[in-house]
Amino acid sequence: MSQVAPGLIIDSVTGIDVSLPVAGPGVRSFAFIIDWHIRAVLALGWYVAAGLLYNGRWSLSAPLTNDARWFATVVLPALAIYFLYQPVAELAMRGRTPGKRSAGIRVVTRQGGPPGAGPLLVRNVFRLIDSLPAFYGVGLTLVVFTREHVRCGDMAAGTLLVYERSGADALSPEAAAMRLGALDAAGAEIVADLLQRWPALTPEARVRLARAVLQRYLGPAADLSDADELQWRARVERLASR
Amino acid sequence: MESPARQKALAAALLNRATLWRQAEERAQRLANTRTGDAADAARLADDYRLLAHDLARARALMPESRTREYLESAYARAHVTLHQGAWHLGSMLRRLLREDIPAAVRWLLPYIAWTSCLFVLAACAGYALVAHYPDLIALVAGPELIASVERGKLWTEGLLNVVPSSVLSVQILTNNIVVSLFAYCAGFLFGLGTLYIIGLNGFMLGAVFAFVGQHGLAQQLFSFIVAHGCVELSVICLSGAAGAAVGEALIRPGAAGRRDSFRAAALRSGDVLVACAVLLVGAGLIEGFISPNPHVPLGTRVAVGVGYWLAMLALLSGVPRRPGAARPQTRRD
Repeated sequence: MSQVAPGLIIDSVTGIDVSLPVAGPGVRSFAFIIDWHIRAVLALGWYVAAGLLYNGRWSLSAPLTNDARWFATVVLPALAIYFLYQPVAELAMRGRTPGKRSAGIRVVTRQGGPPGAGPLLVRNVFRLIDSLPAFYGVGLTLVVFTREHVRCGDMAAGTLLVYERSGADALSPEAAAMRLGALDAAGAEIVADLLQRWPALTPEARVRLARAVLQRYLGPAADLSDADELQWRARVERLASR
Repeated sequence: MESPARQKALAAALLNRATLWRQAEERAQRLANTRTGDAADAARLADDYRLLAHDLARARALMPESRTREYLESAYARAHVTLHQGAWHLGSMLRRLLREDIPAAVRWLLPYIAWTSCLFVLAACAGYALVAHYPDLIALVAGPELIASVERGKLWTEGLLNVVPSSVLSVQILTNNIVVSLFAYCAGFLFGLGTLYIIGLNGFMLGAVFAFVGQHGLAQQLFSFIVAHGCVELSVICLSGAAGAAVGEALIRPGAAGRRDSFRAAALRSGDVLVACAVLLVGAGLIEGFISPNPHVPLGTRVAVGVGYWLAMLALLSGVPRRPGAARPQTRRD
């Protein structure tokens, strides 16, 4: 089992802090690569489809003269898809993109909520700096070396990338209950009380209560043979620790 | 100290509430993704939040190493985010941006606007003076084709529409200007030096080119070309430069808030004007593609377009016209 992951800790009015694990450079890169492929395929797909429709034949060759219609219907939308994919997706999906979603991360503010339009735009504008000098050199270096794994755009916008933990990943509470053993909540309380009150009970009461508890929760499998008090107590303790 | 058996009993009792956690998580997820008109349903989320907080606290104490605790952490975080996320109304957000946020940011940036404008003008004067005295220096800022064209007595803008359609030209220009404008803002990250370089370079180029074309008797033609779009275009470059300078100053002189917090506050606050800059540059690009290179548009019309668009820019940046009775928004103080 993992410990509480280091990350963004947010105070809550309930007094119980909210813990959001911060995404590191690996998962951020994974999300970026997926998004890059999606936008490249979309942009290229648009270019090919619109180019074929424009030419009316199996050719993607651009017109020899500067044709406004070619530019407006083929080139410009493809460029817009490629360059505006990230900000538009983050705005529309409130801090997520398809790549981030598949990587299980999302953009949040330092209060843990989804960022507004302003921070998301600032975050994306600063890609101009993060992408310098090439291959997101500045951004990747900052993500690796900063404590919260943030790039320049995140610093400017006050955002973080955190894991979007899904409840489905955790063991179901019912399954965890099964692991606790044969006792249900009431039984565990009874056994705990019995062990707590053991010194105060008479010898007869100890044996009688231990026999009843073992019979109730272990049924035919219970060892109810005659024994001294210490053995009865050991049997009850074994039941409690199963 | 509690005995292991007692702890186990408490844990078992806690786990009996699993169905409630499921319902709470399902409700939080549903309300996060969709709007609801059921106020009672939304109010139940607050009860779920308290329930999850209570059970998470017990799970952290009773079974800190368990996946049940992780499950509760996840459900609690989801409920927290859903409960605290604001309403998402694009229309009202844009209205607030135009009416309040942009004017407030511009008022805050006024000293920076003044300084970057001064820098731009000084750089333009320096460029003009240098090229006026040493004409060969034009090669530093202009390409050989531009120089050859001017030396033949023709502006490079003449016949531009015969080569490139207006729509293509507009998009190329506005894209380039928006990138320059965004760079002037982002370069503030380099302690403001990048912004100062971009503003200075643009001013220097403008002055140098004016001096060069003036030497060949083409200054009036160049003025006629740029007046329609240049008023706003140059103002916007100074405005985005002012935003970058504010970011740079926040890094150089962070104050009591600390460098990172100060940088964040300045970037977010001045970032609002970038939206206005982008919108204004789209308009300037369209003017530069359709009106500026068109030889049939008289100078008077060009001046009217340039001045009119500049006044529209002032209205946008200052938040007027305001609705009658609307209170003047307070300038934010971070």
